[in-house]
Amino acid sequence: MLNDFISQVGPSTVGGLASGAIYALIALGYTMVYGVLRLINFAHSEIFMIGSFAALFVINLMGITGPLSGIALVGTMLLLLLASMAASGGAAVVLERVAYRPLRRRGASRLAALISAIGASIFLQELFALVIIPEVFDRPSQGRNQVPVPRLFDRETVFSIGNTDIRNDHLFIIVAAVVMMVLLDIFVNRTRIGRGIRATSQDPETAVLMGVNIDSIIRTTFLVGGAMAGVASLLYAMEFENLRFNVGFLLGVKAFTAAVLGGIGNLRGALLGGLMLGLIENWGSIFFGSEWKDVIAFSVLVLVLLFRPTGILGESLQRARA
Amino acid sequence: MNANSNVRSGNPLTALRRTVGGYTDGVRDWWATAPRWARWTVYALLIALAIVAPSDAIGSFMSPHSHWASLLFSPIGTYVLLAVGLNVVVGQAGLLDLGFVAFYAIGAYTMAIFGTKYGWNFWPVLVVGIFMTAVSGIILGSPTLRLRGDYLAIVTLGFGEIVRVTAQNTESIGGSRGITNIPHPEPIFGVEFFLDPLPYYYLLLAAIILVVIFAKRLERSRVGRAWEAIREDEDAAELMGVPTFKFKLLAFFIGAMIGGLTGVIWASKVIAIQPPNFPFILSATILAAVVLGGSGNLPGVMIGAFLIAWLPERFRGFADYRILIFGAALVLTMALRPEGLLPPRRRRSISGSVTKPETPPAGGDEAGDDRPAEEVAK
Repeated sequence: MLNDFISQVGPSTVGGLASGAIYALIALGYTMVYGVLRLINFAHSEIFMIGSFAALFVINLMGITGPLSGIALVGTMLLLLLASMAASGGAAVVLERVAYRPLRRRGASRLAALISAIGASIFLQELFALVIIPEVFDRPSQGRNQVPVPRLFDRETVFSIGNTDIRNDHLFIIVAAVVMMVLLDIFVNRTRIGRGIRATSQDPETAVLMGVNIDSIIRTTFLVGGAMAGVASLLYAMEFENLRFNVGFLLGVKAFTAAVLGGIGNLRGALLGGLMLGLIENWGSIFFGSEWKDVIAFSVLVLVLLFRPTGILGESLQRARA
Repeated sequence: MNANSNVRSGNPLTALRRTVGGYTDGVRDWWATAPRWARWTVYALLIALAIVAPSDAIGSFMSPHSHWASLLFSPIGTYVLLAVGLNVVVGQAGLLDLGFVAFYAIGAYTMAIFGTKYGWNFWPVLVVGIFMTAVSGIILGSPTLRLRGDYLAIVTLGFGEIVRVTAQNTESIGGSRGITNIPHPEPIFGVEFFLDPLPYYYLLLAAIILVVIFAKRLERSRVGRAWEAIREDEDAAELMGVPTFKFKLLAFFIGAMIGGLTGVIWASKVIAIQPPNFPFILSATILAAVVLGGSGNLPGVMIGAFLIAWLPERFRGFADYRILIFGAALVLTMALRPEGLLPPRRRRSISGSVTKPETPPAGGDEAGDDRPAEEVAK
């Protein structure tokens, strides 16, 4: 057992960091919306799903069928990134307008908002399964099946540490996620809008009194959180090369777990939580088998919450609660 | 802002909201002041209606596409009983549980395992199943109930998934193939349980009636008042001497037992169960039923569960689009009437006391003109 672990720990660390980076990017959306509105944006998983299909749509539009290289690859990647970020961000803004704002205006309970989000989530999944995947992706009567994504670039080993090979796709995912996190951190901590977001998450009433346009701040939060899910969705489509109408559900739950693990409302916590969750899952599945991955992830969540209910990094974006 | 307010009150959606809302609020207010004989008449009529419900005359209108008596058992009856159970947790104690299906699954698996492996009869398994789920409710509850709102939600969601994935991965309980050849209940009072759904429906109906009486008595008791205090303001309740943790655990315990009861009864009819019978979406659907009907109000919750179970079956003619419509309907209903169709009389919505942070003042300037009916009802 221990020998197994030692021989597999290298590759599963790399794999864990890569999937953890994707969790982290999705977790950002949950954590930002939670910070500002104190609600679980349950439909965030569908925002992710929309981004991944947007990337596939552009891939099909450009007629890409095999691996690219050189300048074509860089250009395509940027274009795909733009497409999935725009699709996810736009969808998140529409979602906020349709499913959340009417409730917020009426002072509805957070339970009502959660049900509204679950409704939106069901609606979007079914919309893709019944209409968009069959029609737009030309797969009549197969809307619930997996949709393959063509390979974008050849996977090769960039360098090795010990006997562990680091592949270029894993490296790309981790670097992309970290760059996005740094950009987001600068945005939230250094810009005027970022200050508005922080003010709103600390105390919405005072923020309004200080002249923060709260509607615009909430819209921006959804836009930015959605765009991060868009980045994650492109990375996911590229790495796993299979999409489905409900691809977001499990990832969404895991990402929320990551957000809670790191300390919900805390942006750096989301990165830490995501990476940790990815690592623990992959290390745990060496011992227990990969079919127990999800159970491991949730058990870790329960344990962390027991001993440190505010998550690893606490709740610095929001007012500390008892 | 005034001009904006005027535009909003001319909005057809707002008008619709007020019409529907005014009507259900009127019913509720009449009920609150109705004399004792009138209430008992209504109870008797409702039970009579439930007894004659499986008749073909009603069925031909209610479900032209599938067998009505089967539908009445599952999903309608099971959803109603699950919703009554979840209402204890969510509606009365105000604990957000997103993994309620786990208890249903544990109940169903208990029936399946004891029935197939040990040849136990339904009636003793019913007791064992309720006991098992009650224990699992305590196991889940005692570490997690110290957490607040949203953490609890995500932990319970995780628990639901853990139960399902564990069932899927454990070969000794059938793994992904599930368990087949679950025995039907032994005859009782000369009623045979076989393929006909009617006896099962009446069994479930009896369970629903008993559980509703139990839940209603509980609501009016010291326990119910403690739950209400916890739901409205946990800190204040604790300061007033309510042992909040104990009562929250009790709510979980009772909710779990009702979920387990439903699972045992359901498994005794369906012969075979599989892990995919217990997806997250079922938890979400039951929660939607509770909130749609009016979280905390038993009649509302039961109507909500009935509608959520029945409408998609009634409109099977729309084939696949019914789930899509279901999703859109949830969003629309919450936008029109977030407190549910028949909310409890005393309060406007669940967790009213903690809405402060989620009610940014931007919405507040319209609130005054937008929710007159509820304010008056208080």
